[in-house]
Parts: sequence; C-alpha cells; structure tokens
Amino acid sequence: MASDNLIEISGVGYSYDKRRTILSDIDMVIPRGKVVAIMGISGSGKTTLLRLIGGALKPTQGSVKIDGQFTHDLDREGLYRMRRRMGMLFQFGALFTDLSVFDNVAFQMREHTDLPEAMIHDLVMMKLHAVGLRGAHHLMPGELSGGMARRVALARSTALDPMLIMYDEPFTGLDPISLGVIRNLVRKLNDALGSTSIVVTHDVQEALDVVDYVYYLSEGVMVAHGTPDELRASKDPLVHQFVWGEADGPVAYQYPSKDFSEELELV
Amino acid sequence: MFNRGSIINIRGIGHHIVDGVLRFGYSARFIALTILHSGTCFRRPRLIVRELYFTGVLSLIIILVSGLFVGMVLGFQGYQTLKIYGSESALGVLVALSLVRELGPVVSALLFASRAGSAMTAEIGLMKATEQLSAMEMMAVDPIARVVAPRFWAGVISMPLLAAMFSAMGIYGGYLIGVVVIGVDQGSFWSQMQSAVDFREDIVNGVIKSVVFGIAVTWIALFEGYDAPPTAEGVSGATTRTVVTSSLAVLGLDFILTAFMFRGI
Repeated sequence: MASDNLIEISGVGYSYDKRRTILSDIDMVIPRGKVVAIMGISGSGKTTLLRLIGGALKPTQGSVKIDGQFTHDLDREGLYRMRRRMGMLFQFGALFTDLSVFDNVAFQMREHTDLPEAMIHDLVMMKLHAVGLRGAHHLMPGELSGGMARRVALARSTALDPMLIMYDEPFTGLDPISLGVIRNLVRKLNDALGSTSIVVTHDVQEALDVVDYVYYLSEGVMVAHGTPDELRASKDPLVHQFVWGEADGPVAYQYPSKDFSEELELV
Repeated sequence: MFNRGSIINIRGIGHHIVDGVLRFGYSARFIALTILHSGTCFRRPRLIVRELYFTGVLSLIIILVSGLFVGMVLGFQGYQTLKIYGSESALGVLVALSLVRELGPVVSALLFASRAGSAMTAEIGLMKATEQLSAMEMMAVDPIARVVAPRFWAGVISMPLLAAMFSAMGIYGGYLIGVVVIGVDQGSFWSQMQSAVDFREDIVNGVIKSVVFGIAVTWIALFEGYDAPPTAEGVSGATTRTVVTSSLAVLGLDFILTAFMFRGI
C-alpha cells in the first residue's frame, strides 16, 4: 500500500566541499495532496533542497524518498521516468523562447506521448483555459507580461497532470493582481489535479494564505515547521522576524563592520 | 634563483595550461555525448531541418555576397599577374583552384563561425542563463539530445554546402570580371578550368576540408554556449571566444589538412 507521504526526507545534508555546507540534517515529510511551503531568507538553502527533491542534485548525507523510491538509487533513466510525473515552475518561467505559448505547453506531450495532434490541441487549450490564457496561445514568450509568462509556465508544468508540482519563488517580481492570480492557481491546480505541491518562497503572507504546512530553513538548518497559524503565532525570534518582516533581530540589519563612531573618527 | 614575482608568473602560466587541457577534455566529452545522443534527432529529422534553416539558409546571404566579391577581386588580381606572363587565358584555372582548394572552404568557414557559430553560442548560453535547459532536464528531456545534437548535425551538413555555394559564386564573380568586363576569351576561361580542376585532388579535398571545418566550428560554438557562465557577461565572453577560437582552429586545421593533401607536390 502506498504511503500517505509522497516525499520523505531524512537526515539530508548537502555540501559542495568540506568548507561549504549548504544543508545539514534536514528531516521533512510531505503528505499526498497537500501544499507545503519551504521558507527562509535568501541563501538559506531552499532552492538546493528543491533541486535535491527534483533529483538535480544528490544528497551528500541522508536520503530523499519520493513515492517509495530513493532518488539517489535511480539511474538517469529512472530519474527521467520519475521526472515525467513531476512539474516544476521556475522563478521566471523559463519558457522556451523559440516556441509559441501553445508549443511550450504542448512540449512535454509531444516529447513523451504518442497522442495525435488533435488531442494535444484540445489538452493544451484546456491547460491554457485553466490559467486564463486560452486566447494567448499564438503569442511568443517575448510578447507576454511577467505574470502571463508565469501562468503559461504553470500550464506547462501541469501538462502531464503530475503527481508533484514544485514552485521555485513563484511570486517574485509580480504585480499584486498577477500575484493573487498565481497564488490562487497554486491551490486550485493542486486540488483539481489531485497533486502534491511544494512552494519555495520568501513571500511570507502570500504563501501562508494558500499552503497547508510550512518548513522554515535558516542557514541550511530546519529551524521551525508547522501550520501557517502556528508560524504566525511563533515566539521563536528568528521565525517572528521573518514572518512579520522586521528589519532587525537575529538576522542583523547591519553587515558586520567596525564601530560607527570609530569609522567617523569620533573617538 | 627565482624571485617571488617570477614564481607567481610561472604558476599563472601553469594554471592556464592545466585549465586549457581540462577544458579540452570537457569539450571532448561533450562532443562524444552529443554524437552518442544523436538518435533522437535522426529519428525526428524535422529537428535537424529546422536548424539547417537557421544555420544554413540564414547564412546564405553573407556567403553568396562574400563569394561574389572574393571571386571578382580574384578576377582583377589574377588578370594583372597572368598578363605579365601572357597567360590571361588561364584566369579561369587560377580563380577556380584558389576557390575550390582554399578560399571556398576557409573563408566560408570563417564567415560561418561569425554568423552561425556566434548565434549558436549566444542562443544556447541564453537558454542556460534563463533556465530553459534546466527546465528541459526537469521535464525529463535531455538537452544534449534535443538542443545540441540537431544543431551539431545541421552545422556539419550545412558547412560543405555553403562552401560549395561560396566557390560557385566566386567563380561566377571571376567570370564577370575576367570575361564580361576585361574581355578574356570565354571559351578558354571555361575549358582550361575544366581540364585543370581535378575532381579527386581539388573538389573532394575541398569538401573534406569544409566538413572538418564544419565539425570544428560547430563543436566550439556549441561547447562555448553550453559551458558559458549563466550571466550577460558570461554569454558575451563565450560568443567572443567562439569567433576567435573557431577562426584560429579553421586556419590551423587548414594548414594541417593542406600539408597532408598536397604533400606529394
């Protein structure tokens, strides 16, 4: 029987070499059907963790288990088989600039299936309709606004109805309307497709409104986790500073420097 | 014996050499992977045809115009020299042999490196910088098979065709100046050319050269793009390196190939 958890991460560490440790001793579980956020300030190791889940990197310690399979045991073919059941939304969409919106969404269907072109047409139109861009199918990526490009990328990442959708900073650089649209789509698509979603972000309020559970990373270590309400109520100074966007706290506002009065030669 | 400055200089030279050897090793592995992963583009020839349009057809204008002008200049210069020896009728031979043996393959390869090679590097470098290659990997599509291999074969196929068109245009340019403008006898222009140009020695050797140049230029262009640091500065540096390295490679390979091909003379 399949486990209730789609992803189980235990004791994961990752380092480029002995001096540069990016992640250490990460434990996480992501239940099927849930939308889970991985949060933390820039450089905390969130994207590295996402790349470990996607199999782009192999952990130097511990294990990542997805749908019962350890990713580090998979060869290239096995990894590609698993990735066909995953979708990923990159920070700025990463649309193929030489293909139209339609062809971008159809890309995986043409690469991985033998579906007739008429069926691909209908499926692509359904995906684009879901993100409100059916009428933009003929446009090239260069003709899209940032928000539209992100929605097309979202349609593309759900093209094969994946079991897991990963979002890398999906809210960055969007206007408030586009941001609201993307935020709602994250939830709606997850529920409609019966998928599981991981949202890597530092946009706190947007994420807390749509996710079921949050993991908070700081300097490569998991320092807190809980439901959005638990994080909002957290007394942990690090979590409190992050959630409420306070300028000073455990994460210092000032870059380390010598005493200011000494700098101005007042003493 | 050595002061600190000279030790640092020697270390710098050593570092450059080791770095160069490492990069050559990476690029050899890259091209081996490209050839190994070429099955997809041979099963779906439309991928290669599309790239043939971008690398070959879009290079036609610069190749044809350059070929015409090079041929016209050869017509003028050749006539001036041959006239001294009273051999103006051999103008056709001079123009054809110069183009088919050397200028056709070499100049078209240099133009190909500047036009199509730089475009390939910039395109792949930008695809990397904007995470399009990573996105492809995450979609379980191998970027080497889907992006690199079709471009490689398109470059290898289009280079000899472009060189042939360059030579044909150049011969026509030589004809225009020699026969139409200066008045060299048309019959001797063509007949001497026909009897002096050997299919095996001249034309096939020219084609071999252009195939080798096609492999070298496309290999360098694709590797530089794929290996470019994912920044604006990185992509612009890689594009410059493509033009410089592939031009030098073409000239160096031309010398080696010529030395082998004409060693009996």
